Amino acid sequence: MILDYIPIILVLIVAAIFGFAVVFSSEIFGPSRPNKVKTMSYESGKDPVGTTHERISVKYYLVAMLFIIFDIEVIYVYPWAVEFKNLFSTYGIFAFLPMLFFLVVLELGFLYILMKGGLKWD
Amino acid sequence: MPSTINEYFQLMPFLIIGIGIILSVVIEISSKSSKEILPWFSIILFFATALYSITNISEHAVLFGGMVEVGGKPAIFNFIFNLGAMLVVMSSIGYLKKYGTYFGEYYILIQSSVLGMMVMAGSKDILMIFLGLELMSICFYVLAGINRNKLGANEAAMKYFLLGSFTTGFIVYGIALIYGTTGTTSIQNLIDNFGEYSSNIIFVTGLILFLIGFSFKIAAVPFHMWVPDVYQGSATTVTGLMSTTGKTAAFSVLIIMLTSIFTLNSANIFKPYFSAIAVLSMFFGSIVAISQNNLKRMLAYSSISHAGYMAVGLAAANSYSISGIIFYLAAYAFMNIGAFSVISIIEGENDSRTDINVYAGLNSKNPVLAAFMALFMFALAGIPPMAGFFGKYYVFVGAIESNLTWLAILGVISSMISVYFYLRVIVFMYFKDAEENFEIEVAPYSLSSVVISGVLVLMFGLFPDMLLRLITAVVSL
Amino acid sequence: MKIDLILFFLLAGIAVVTSILVITRRNAIISAVFLVLNFFALAGLYLLLNAQFISVVQIIVYAGAIMVLFLFVLMLLRTDNESPILSDKRPLKYFAILISVFVFVQIAYLLFAGKPSRNITPDEAASINSGTIQAIGKELYTNYIIPFEVAGFLLLAATIGALVLAKKKFE
Repeated sequence: MILDYIPIILVLIVAAIFGFAVVFSSEIFGPSRPNKVKTMSYESGKDPVGTTHERISVKYYLVAMLFIIFDIEVIYVYPWAVEFKNLFSTYGIFAFLPMLFFLVVLELGFLYILMKGGLKWD
Repeated sequence: MPSTINEYFQLMPFLIIGIGIILSVVIEISSKSSKEILPWFSIILFFATALYSITNISEHAVLFGGMVEVGGKPAIFNFIFNLGAMLVVMSSIGYLKKYGTYFGEYYILIQSSVLGMMVMAGSKDILMIFLGLELMSICFYVLAGINRNKLGANEAAMKYFLLGSFTTGFIVYGIALIYGTTGTTSIQNLIDNFGEYSSNIIFVTGLILFLIGFSFKIAAVPFHMWVPDVYQGSATTVTGLMSTTGKTAAFSVLIIMLTSIFTLNSANIFKPYFSAIAVLSMFFGSIVAISQNNLKRMLAYSSISHAGYMAVGLAAANSYSISGIIFYLAAYAFMNIGAFSVISIIEGENDSRTDINVYAGLNSKNPVLAAFMALFMFALAGIPPMAGFFGKYYVFVGAIESNLTWLAILGVISSMISVYFYLRVIVFMYFKDAEENFEIEVAPYSLSSVVISGVLVLMFGLFPDMLLRLITAVVSL
Repeated sequence: MKIDLILFFLLAGIAVVTSILVITRRNAIISAVFLVLNFFALAGLYLLLNAQFISVVQIIVYAGAIMVLFLFVLMLLRTDNESPILSDKRPLKYFAILISVFVFVQIAYLLFAGKPSRNITPDEAASINSGTIQAIGKELYTNYIIPFEVAGFLLLAATIGALVLAKKKFE
């Protein structure tokens, strides 16, 4: 059973190795002669002030929330799409209408965001 | 999946509100004057659903393979939710302009929360209960903090959200344990095999976690910490909605979940639990409310003590006490919404004028409002022949039936304590001179909300049989 | 069978180690990254239990979307003087320990002494089929069609609520 997933697992492993290789290869192969100025945080040539943990705007958070909502919406569509042929042969149009209703409700939400300027970066 | 389209039509109350929400969003995004249209649209929507529910009370059916229940108990609950929401919307029209945030989303969120309550009351599956609860709660979190410029409202929304989501954690964990031990989320299955399941300690743990979660939602001691701050900080009309229909929805779930105990007469293993929270809530609410000078805060503590009286009915757990709880919920919903409507009329800008001193000499300023406020206070205190009296009476009689006479006696003592702070408001209105002068601007819709609530409270009080007969006919379904 | 067992212990080990790392790191962002790793290990465990769909959802929703939200919250707050929960002096720490012990005892009891009801019978073939995306689609769009529609309204209400509360210039 689990052996069916070997291709996916291999892809994941290769991706992980690639990621680590890119990050650490410069560390390993590059020359390393640090001094105080070099290790300083880069701040457009000026001396850095304060911490690196700057507070970000709540705007990002709104985008993330909206992203989650539509992420979950898409999750609902996957099983329906996979099973649609069987459902359609048994229930006919009633396999289609509930999903249509669901998507109308959700896309209305999307339209609402759009019209209210929820995606504008002000 | 239903085989005929007929089964979809039986979901009419849900369909009306659901399609109403869709149309409201369309109105909101397409019209510039949505905030003038939407309140009226909501009123029509809620009135239609309430009317449909109460006239189709005998059309009891369980639909979609034991997922949703229509008619019967849910119909009565739908009537309370929709009529309550209608009255709240009516008093919001005048209030929200004063409150400083006035936009159409307010009404869409009220509609969504009512849909959530209806799903809770009509559910025959724990999954439905959870979805309905979340739909209701998320709308309430947002409604509590709808005015982002007010510190109090922000605090209320934050506290409500944090404690509410913590509670949701309890409920989900309880549901997981129930599903893990029984392999089903169907309430009918749980009821049928309750005897077998209840011997399993993990199942009982799950059920207790579930009940603790809902004890938060009905605002019973010791899970009441959020209530005073949230009720005081939110907009007055929103508080009216949360404290009545929200509580009714939570009680409807408790009644649905404990039907096995009520119908099969198996030993009520939760009797100690409900007795304990009933005694604590009754006395805590009544005693702390005495020292409150802010009327909204006082009504919050009174709401806690009312949850206690209703929990007496859950401890008694016979069909008599359940009818009593449902009657009590209906009566409580309208008298509390009425009281909050009066408060919302008196309230000035920036949360001012909610103290009891403001009500001094109200009778000479506006005798109509004073008379209605006195009516609601009498009803909340449970003085006959108001609706509140019969609610308490039926619940306590149910308790005596189940050999819980001591609980009924404690309930009566607590009601006697609570008379003090309700009558205090009346004394201020009629026997004290006004301390400050201010103009009361009475919006006609707010006043009609007060009048309708008053008429309903009087009607339930003078002719309690009318409602009680409807309830007893469906309570065993 | 053998490879399943090896994979189980490998993933369970990763899950335990990463969750310990989550609560002992001083920097909250690093904790969050270890939480992502933990989610991946859990997804692997779900896969071992033949719950393919849950496993994918775990990665897409939890490791993907929810963690983004976590990181945004951490960046929204100033996390200068945070301390890991175990070095916390407040009584909150003992409450947290109490809760986790309670949950641990409960799960241990479930595993070693709990009896499932007669509805639940071990059936490996059925379990393989019930975790597939087809089986979930069949259940969700037949028996659970009403909860599915209610979930749609829940997401709509959440969308509107998010905008009402977090949009900077509303209206």
